[in-house]
Amino acid sequence: MISGAEIMVKCLQEEGVSIVFGYPGAVICPFFDYLYRTDIKAVLVRQEQNAAHSASGYARALSKVGVCVATSGPGALNLITGIATAYMDSIPLICITGQVRSDVLGRDVFQEADITGACESFVKHSYLVKNTADLPRIFKEAFHIASTGRPGPVLIDVPVDIQQGEIEEFVYPEKINIIGYKPSVHGHPMQIRRALEMISESKRPVICAGGGVLTSGAKPKLREFSQKTGIPVVTTMMGIGAMPTDDPLYVGMLGSHGKKEANLAVHHSDLVILCGARVGDRAVTSPDQVVEHANVIHIDIDPAEIGKNMKTSIPIVGDMKNVLGQILKDINYTAPAEWREQITTWKAEFSKEPERFEGFVEPKSFVAKLSSMLKPKAIMCADVGQNQIWCANNYRIRDGRFFTSGGMGTMGYSVPAAVGAKLARPNRDVVAVCGDGSFQMSLNELATIAQQNLNIKIIVMRNTVLGMVHELQDVHYGSRYSITELDDVPDFVRLAQAYGIEAAYASSNEEAEQYAKAMLKSDKPFVLVCNVHPKTSSR
Amino acid sequence: MKYTLSVLVENHPGVLSKVSGLFSRRGFNIDSLAVGITEDSSISRMTIVADGDEYIVEQLEKQLNKVIPVIKVRTYAEGEYISRELSLIKVNCPAKQRLDIMKIAELMGAKIVDVSVNTMTLQFADTLERFETLTDLLKPYGIREIVRTGTVAIEKDSSISRK
Repeated sequence: MISGAEIMVKCLQEEGVSIVFGYPGAVICPFFDYLYRTDIKAVLVRQEQNAAHSASGYARALSKVGVCVATSGPGALNLITGIATAYMDSIPLICITGQVRSDVLGRDVFQEADITGACESFVKHSYLVKNTADLPRIFKEAFHIASTGRPGPVLIDVPVDIQQGEIEEFVYPEKINIIGYKPSVHGHPMQIRRALEMISESKRPVICAGGGVLTSGAKPKLREFSQKTGIPVVTTMMGIGAMPTDDPLYVGMLGSHGKKEANLAVHHSDLVILCGARVGDRAVTSPDQVVEHANVIHIDIDPAEIGKNMKTSIPIVGDMKNVLGQILKDINYTAPAEWREQITTWKAEFSKEPERFEGFVEPKSFVAKLSSMLKPKAIMCADVGQNQIWCANNYRIRDGRFFTSGGMGTMGYSVPAAVGAKLARPNRDVVAVCGDGSFQMSLNELATIAQQNLNIKIIVMRNTVLGMVHELQDVHYGSRYSITELDDVPDFVRLAQAYGIEAAYASSNEEAEQYAKAMLKSDKPFVLVCNVHPKTSSR
Repeated sequence: MKYTLSVLVENHPGVLSKVSGLFSRRGFNIDSLAVGITEDSSISRMTIVADGDEYIVEQLEKQLNKVIPVIKVRTYAEGEYISRELSLIKVNCPAKQRLDIMKIAELMGAKIVDVSVNTMTLQFADTLERFETLTDLLKPYGIREIVRTGTVAIEKDSSISRK
């Protein structure tokens, strides 16, 4: 005989899971009790939301499914923001929640919450397990659904009696049969032909790369496409890293918080090739204006994204790596030299020295400097707020990755995501950049970092305000700083030290660079607090 | 414009809420939604009548296709399907009006399923247009209650148009 809890753990082993992020509770105890006897590492986070964020950082760093586990009721509910964050950014997660006994479901017993119901609109799929015998099939399906097609979180809610129930033997299914789920991965040859034709007729084409390029592992193919054709590339925030910043054909991030030259490129183009980008409102503020003068080829694995936010001339449904491969096979096109020169001119024209304040760190140039100090494959986790924009526009990415909460804009993402990333890639530099607002949303994870002794470097841009909204209030609300001032910001240096983590305070770029140099030499976690002037703008 | 969508889904608990939730959270209006199992008891069919433009219906189809237990989505074009709705109509009916209402029922092909001292209940299964005709005819007598199942639709194999 074998118990449900043991089956759950065996399923994880079958799927090659080596780490789960979680927080315990009464009705998930059978699972954790069995997990304890295996070599799967269980990382205790300090709040469940961070379990989902850490699993997200882990999943992104390894391009595999991340697993987070919480108990019923409040534990599961705390996961929600993390699940929704992963859903918006198409990150594959398996979220396992304990649930109260199935025979008392719906009676509002202690720590009961309808988590499958609550998560319905931001999971790719969810299961409430009713029979122990269903567990192997459900886990097999869940991992398949989470990791294929457009990836996303899948929730498995397991009542405690299902974990305790026993069946004869454990057999992990080999095959999956979900009749309604067969994502198409190859572009339709006819559409590819039409796209090639449209590209060949274009005079001012631009590629817009989104997160889909990175998810599908199409980075080398994208670069080849751009280099072979001379078509310039802009990225969305989720697409940062699809091209190295220093590539002459890379223009920058587009959008309301992006680079002017990137927006100009899109608005002057006659053909936009959207690659795994869903044209979110922050990326393209006025899609209708763009389609007035440009054709649009939209490549995406999710057919529902095509035509959702922008009118499309040629839709291509498929996996980015495959589709770009199909295009590369037959392409014979070079973008006109005038167009490329125009882009270069814009790039030179709009690069400017940021304003400096005496006694403060200038964050944009510091981020740029920091990127040159890191190893090429470093993982940068940016939080949400002004710090996110400073990083997105100034981090000079080479062969590494840039993780941030792009779609949901969830504050507090960077530190737990860095935890996951470091556990996934222990040999890479992992840096989290956050503001003093976002840091305070997840600084409890310093305890996790200390407990796991993770070599993560955290940069806190301390400007004593909730900068993004503060700036918005300057522009739209007559500088009435309604609840955006963080007066009496705690002493983060001493706070980090209280967790047993080394820390330092910098009030000039020179100082910040010195500390950065020193912290990167050590293999211990470090918190670098940068004193930033509250009037430093996001741009 | 009204669109009729036919959606085949796996017959699991929770599928209905997944589908209906999808409509509400994207701001799509449903006129009616009818569910029942098909010739295969593991599969149900939902017939959804929704209001919207071409963009909305295209989005609906795509979003429905993303729901894992959804097997197939079809939007029926005008004239390629037969649709019916079952309704039960309770109408005021004192003895002296019984004959009149019986005549209307006969004329429209409605079945009388209950008669009391003061009311009569009709069962009617037909198209939306004919339902409206019937209720127009019954209104002067005072309709007390109407219960409708929502439209069900099936694809037509013949090319003859018959409502």
